[in-house]
Parts: sequence; structure tokens; C-alpha cells
Amino acid sequence: MRYLPHSDHERADMLGVIGASDIDALFSAVPKSALKSFELDLPAHSPEFLVEAHMRALANQNHAAGDGPFFVGAGAYRHHVPATVDHLIQRSEWLTAYTPYQPEISQGTLQMLFEFQTQVAKITGMDVANASLYDGSTGTAEAVLMARRLTRRNKIVLSGGLHPHYRDVVKAYLKDDPHLECLSPSPEGQGDILDHIDSDTAAIVIQTPDFYGHLRNVEAAAEAAHAKGALLIVVITEVVSLGLLEAPGALGADIVVAEGQSIGNALNFGGPYLGLMATKKEFIRQMPGRLCGETVDADGNRGFVLTLSTREQHIRREKATSNICTNSGLCALAFSIHMGLLGEAGFVRLARLNHANAILLADALEGVPGVTVLNKTFFNEMTIRVTQPAAALVERLAQRGILAGVPAGRLLPGDPEVENLIILAATELTTEGDIAALCAALTEELA
Amino acid sequence: MSMNNQGRPTGVGTAGTSASGSALLPDEPLLFEIGDTEHSGVDLPEVKLAADRLGGFARKSKLDLAGLTEPEAMRHYVRLSRLNHSIDSGMYPLGSCTMKHNPRLNEKMARLPGFADIHPLQPVSTVQGALELMNQLSYWLMTLTNTAAVALSPKAGAHGELLGMMAIKAAQEAKGEAHRTIVLVPESAHGTNPATAAFLGYTVKPIPARTDGTVDVQAVKDALSPEVAAIMLTNPNTCGLFEPQVIEIAQAVHDAGAFFYCDGANFNAIMGVVRPGDLGIDAMHINLHKTFSTPHGGGGPGAGPVVLSEALAPFAPVPFVRKGTEGLEFVEHIEGNALGRVTAFHGQMGMYVRALTYMLSHGADGLAQAAQDAVLNANYVKARLQHLFSVPFPDYPTMHEALFDDSFLKGTDVTTLDFAKALIDEGFHPMTMYFPLVVHGAMLIEPTESESKQTLDRFCDVMAELATEAKSGNAERFTAAPMKAPRRRLDETRAARQPILKWEQPADLPKAAE
Repeated sequence: MRYLPHSDHERADMLGVIGASDIDALFSAVPKSALKSFELDLPAHSPEFLVEAHMRALANQNHAAGDGPFFVGAGAYRHHVPATVDHLIQRSEWLTAYTPYQPEISQGTLQMLFEFQTQVAKITGMDVANASLYDGSTGTAEAVLMARRLTRRNKIVLSGGLHPHYRDVVKAYLKDDPHLECLSPSPEGQGDILDHIDSDTAAIVIQTPDFYGHLRNVEAAAEAAHAKGALLIVVITEVVSLGLLEAPGALGADIVVAEGQSIGNALNFGGPYLGLMATKKEFIRQMPGRLCGETVDADGNRGFVLTLSTREQHIRREKATSNICTNSGLCALAFSIHMGLLGEAGFVRLARLNHANAILLADALEGVPGVTVLNKTFFNEMTIRVTQPAAALVERLAQRGILAGVPAGRLLPGDPEVENLIILAATELTTEGDIAALCAALTEELA
Repeated sequence: MSMNNQGRPTGVGTAGTSASGSALLPDEPLLFEIGDTEHSGVDLPEVKLAADRLGGFARKSKLDLAGLTEPEAMRHYVRLSRLNHSIDSGMYPLGSCTMKHNPRLNEKMARLPGFADIHPLQPVSTVQGALELMNQLSYWLMTLTNTAAVALSPKAGAHGELLGMMAIKAAQEAKGEAHRTIVLVPESAHGTNPATAAFLGYTVKPIPARTDGTVDVQAVKDALSPEVAAIMLTNPNTCGLFEPQVIEIAQAVHDAGAFFYCDGANFNAIMGVVRPGDLGIDAMHINLHKTFSTPHGGGGPGAGPVVLSEALAPFAPVPFVRKGTEGLEFVEHIEGNALGRVTAFHGQMGMYVRALTYMLSHGADGLAQAAQDAVLNANYVKARLQHLFSVPFPDYPTMHEALFDDSFLKGTDVTTLDFAKALIDEGFHPMTMYFPLVVHGAMLIEPTESESKQTLDRFCDVMAELATEAKSGNAERFTAAPMKAPRRRLDETRAARQPILKWEQPADLPKAAE
């Protein structure tokens, strides 16, 4: 067995040193009825080439995004990841390190997290960021709980433009708390969340660009929330948008949560992803998750450690700010390398390229008979209304090799209002040829 | 490099010049100190936006993001990587963390475009291979644990724990027993256990450990009442012991109408050898990143699928895969079930690929052998060191981790922490210290099945030599350690009292490369 170093001879020697007759003697605390009391209906070990063949056969049954025109978004985005990123994150010292519990021999991971926190703070326009959370959706739920701790108020209002999966995660974390108000999705434009803020409101949660691709007025939301003593949580599922859109921190957001997958991380069928969270300096002690801080060592040299862990479960146990005991370290590394490679110039250019391609897509779709683009504003994603049920149409396009977008009904089942809506995204990888192919196929299918 | 009183570097080598230190022992400046807002390692075409569709929300504030060209980035991250200890560079015997070898085949498979380059919301008909993979992984997990259902989606062990306890809560409510508000948690539990129970609104009632390090079935019986919703028990426990009365505990818990949540962080010790379902567990998370070797990546991502008993299976969250008339179907929405969804999309697909690759490579026989070797290695370390170190719970063989306490250091002026730091100078990552909390000055050593006898012997020799040295009165070697690491001991108090959590442009230095 290629991963196990012992020979039978060595095993016998070791048992001799231990003074055990056989391996079962080491399992003597296990009740007899439960020890090796079964035959597992599972195959025996397999050579590398056969395992590889099995996995490749499974992979080949999937239609990869790169196999044809691709417009699927709605919370996960296909961007180009420079080869350098994947090469670097596979270096052993990054890939196979653990949580930096021994900072003296974990300075690589710690300095990277410090740089990552700085990058996230800069793009969101906030004072501080943590070292990442599981993903954007769980980060949103954590932000809601954080707002409750900060304000000691209960009411939470979720905008209808919040990604429905994110809404569902918040509902699960809050166990359908009656103080949670989820507004109805509004595919046509701005909702009326500002009318739902009162003196009992801990926070309102808005997403921009929202689930349908519309840009939301963060500044107006911040003013309305703050006027009632509530906090504003801004959720961003497409972090590339921050290269072109005003930073939420500059517009008055109190907590910013984002899905960081777009930078440095592949689609991966939904995970692993990367939750970004940033907030104001005065709120750091209520922010969940790991934090890396700068300090000095015994020689006075700059170094980095995990810090403010008194908020966390391994110290506070049942009083901890959350039960999280990990972060998305390797995904944060990929983000940080990609962001480092982009830099200011590259990040802005990437955002402009995304927006430009989305404009091409929107204009082309407007020309397809039977298609209406609902967005007046957007970054790289938009919603169209078609003249027939969207799910079946998207399926037929997929059979033609075109992954056309997400039927809104997939995320909002049973809502007749969204049955004919498709959400489409363009990125820097979208070509004019892709757009032409989509529009030609749509024209035929809708004729 | 000298430091000003903010702990910031001053003088040469900090403002856009190259790194100080040698290539073999790098002292790497921050990205922002070597980068430049005009440098970029990515070539992208410039586009003119004649009229944007941003509705007046375009950015006006400065980004001020440093960039690196590709060679600069390569060197920065390679040099930083050299400041990390990793499982590929040396033994990493962190108890309760399971740092085992990460086969590179797993990485290669996870990067196949058919797995890495598929979108969670593309049509289900175009991802049948992905669903089949989830189905196969589920089958392996249910078979190895003898349970009725599995929820794959949790993003990490603690997230799985949360989901498992949510399922228990939902099941209690469905039975009309929402009045059950207490969760029993042994004192030796991981800190996430009480945090999870409290998070869900439960009152945590601790169960003391017996003097032999295990949980007493009588103590559990005494604590059970009609208000108890569940027990959260780690098995094998955090002292490295298999709970000998686990079946009786499960029986007592069930008799009282409560559920048995098992923290499965230590499944590595028993996979293929003992099935938790046979012990009476109702829910257990499995850390794919520990047991099935998906790499830890400096702190994550993890993956924490939860297996569920028949009683809890109806309360599994979405999404899940099931057989449909035209291939596999994805159930993404549940009608009438309160539990719903704990993460957007379907969980850690990248980890599913790695875990299934690992399982197929080992097979049922190899997984059992791996568990047995992990237990053998831990007992070997214990046997070789027990004459020099103090073993708090000697009554049972240890499982996959060997626990010592610090009583052997009494009167030496050397603390457990000092001892651990001295190990760094000898080329080993220290063991887990001060955990579990039930033991004073705990040292928890988990060699895993990846370590050869030769490595274990070297480790034990070093441990023995250090113990002898500590007892002989040479405290300096310990209190000054580490001497040979990239950094000496770091001031953690200062980091917490005056938090510096991001880089700021020093006011007295010119902006990098401007």
C-alpha cells in the first residue's frame, strides 16, 4: 500500500516494543461486538492508474465551462486564474501546512494572511478584514449575528435582492426567528427595504450588484439605517465589481461580506469558496473568524501571529462569538496571489473588461426577438425575460452546447413571477463569438 | 532590520527595495513594500467604456492596491512559503489535527476540468458525473459508518457539527419536544462542541471525566433528564482513548429520549475497523481534511459531511442527490422541513474529489490498515517515552494519539510551551499543547499512519533527550527557544493589546516606488 510506510516486520517489532500480542490488543477498549464485526461492501485498494481512470471517467461525464459558450453566474463566476496562482498554492509549504498555531515556523502563512486582510480592507474600503470565512453565504449569516451582538437589537431585514441561497442560510442560522424579515425578490428594480427600518432594527442586508444584477444605492441605505441606529450589511457575490464600483466602506457600510471565489479560485461546482468579511475598527472584537496581527519577536523583528483569539471557541467555549474554528486559508492565498498579480492597474482593467463584455451581451440580447433585458444598471450580470418557461429553454440550449445562464426559478421554485427569467453573466472570458452563438440559438429556440 | 515602536521596519530594505536576508533564510518584506500600483503580473486588454451602465455608482475613492509582476510574485510567495513548516517538510504530530501525507494524485484529480471547471448552477443534465461522484462518496461514508444518510454540504468540521445539532433540534421539535433545552458535553470536548450547542440556544451541561480519562455511563445517567436534547461526545475522545462504555452511554441517552451526537474528528483511529453506527450514534461529522487527507492549506478549507441515523435522516438539509427517472437528480429545496440550507451551493466539491480518490486508492483494506497503523504508531511513541514523560491515563491503550502531561517538568523552570518551542529547534513541529483541558499541561502527540518507524525513532530520541536535558537543569535551551526558526518567540500580548491588522503606508516614508 503505497501511502503506508511500515513493513509487516516493522509492525511486529513495534508491537514487541509496546508489549502487545497483536494489533487487536491495542483496540481492547472497543466493545467486542463492534470491533471488525462486519464485511464492508467496498472495493480493496487500487493502483494509481486505475483510480485515475475511474475519476477521469466521472469527470468526463460533466460539461466543463470551458467546453463552449458559458454565461452562468448567480453567485459563482468563471474568471481566468493565472497559471502562477495554481502553481504557487501547490507548493508543499502552503498546501500541507496547518493552522499557524506555532507562529515562529508559520510566518509564511501568517504574513500572507496579513497581506490578504490588507487587500480585502482596501477593496471594500473598510478599516479591518478577517482572515476569511467559509464562503459568502455563511459569512452573511455571521454578519447578521454580529450585528445583533453589536446593537443588542433583534430585527434583521434581508433585501429581496439578496441571493436566495444566502437568504436560506441566514434563515437556517437564525432558526426562522420571527424577528427576521425577508423581503420578496424584486426582479424589476429597486426594492423598498428602506421602509422596513425601525428603532428595533439591528441591521438591514443589501446585495450589490443584487441577485438580478441591478446595482443598489448603498449610500441611501446607509443613511436610512443609521438614522434609526441600525447597521448596514453590504453583501457582494461578484468581488470583481469592486474594481469599478465605489467601495461600500466609502458609502457608509458597517459590515461588508463578499464571496471571494472570483479572484484566484476555480468554480469547483460550488466549493471550496472564500468568505470575505470586513468592518469598522470599533467592531473588531465582535467580528467572527481568525485574525492575523503584526507584532515583534524577542529580537525586535517584525512578525505575525493569530490574535484576539479570546473571542473564539477554543478560549470562550460556549460564550464564543461563533463556533467557527477554521478559515479558507488556501483559497485566501489564491485570492491574495491573484490580487497581488493584478494590482491596482490589473484589478481595474479586469473589472472594466467584465463590464464591457456585459454591455456587449446586454445589447446583443436586446436584439433577440422575445427577449427583454430587465436591467438599467448592471456590472457583469443581468436578467432577461423570455416568452416561455426559462428552465426548459436553458436545458434545450445546454443540449446544443451553450450554458446560457441560470433560470431564476431554480433558486426561487414555485414563484410564477420568475418562471420566465434567466440570469446571465459575462466575464473577461466571454467572447463575441460566444455571444453571437447564444443569440443565434436563442433566436431559433424562441421563434 | 531595525524596528520603530509600532513594530514597523525602518530604514533600508523596506520601501520598495529587494528583500533582506538570504535566499535560504528569507526575511521577506510585505507585498505592499515591494509592490507598486502600476505593476501588474496580468496582461489584460484596455477597454474604453464609452458609456458605462453603472448608474452613477462608479468608484471615486482610491484603491491603492500594490501589484507585482509575475517574477516578483513568484519570488515573494516562494520566499514566504519557505517560512512555513509543513507535513511535506517534516513530522507534524499535532494531536487532534491529523496531519497525514497528502497524495498528489488527489490534487491532480481535483484539477480535472470536469470537476474544477463546472458551475454549481449549470443544468443538472450537464453535471451527472459530479452527482455520481457525490453519490459514491456518500456511499463510502455511510458504509464506513453504518449510517442511513449523509449530508455532504458542511464546509468544515465545526460547520458539520452545527448542522448535525440543527438536525437533532429539528427532530426534537418534530416530536413535540422543543422543551429539551440541555446538551451534555464532556469536559474533554473540543471547544467547538459547547460553542455549537450554545449557538443553537442550548444550555451546556458539562460531564466530568473519570480519573481514567473516559466518560462514566453513570455520570451520563445522572445528568439525563426530560430536558436533555442530546449528548455531544467525541469518540475516540480527545485524551486519545476509545470510550469503553460508549454503547451503554448511547443506550442510556436514547432511553431518555435524547440523541447522541458524536464528534468524528478522530475517525482516523477507527475507519474500517469500527463503525460508529454500531455504537449507537445518531449524527457524526467527518472531517474529510483530516481522515481522508485533503490538505489543510494553512488553516482550511475543510469539509465536514455529517452522517445521520434513521431517526435523523428525514431532517437532512438540502442539497442532496437522489436517483431520478432520467439519471441522478439534485434536491435543492425542501418543502416543510425547517432545516433548509447551511451553505450556498453544494459544499466542498474539491474536497469530495480528493477524499474519494484517497478512498479508492486505499480501499476498505487500506483504510483499516491505515487506522491500525495510526494506532500502532501512537502506542509506539507512548511505549518509548512513558518512562520519561508522565502519562495521565495509563489504564487503556491509546488510540491514534498519545497524551502526556507536564508533571515530568515539575521543578525544572521549563514550561510545556518552552518544551514545545525547543522541539522546533530540533526540526519537529510541536505537538498540541494545553489541550485537552482536563489535563494540566497536556501534550497530545498524533503521529498518524504516515510516519515510518525510522522517523518515529528519531522523534522519540529527540523527545527523550529533551526530557533528560530539562530535568538536568539546562532551562536556557528551552526558555530561549526557538533559536533556529525564522522568528524568535513572538509577543502575542502586544498583538492583542495594540492590534495592527493591516498594513498602512508609514507616514514618514515615501510611497513605495513612486
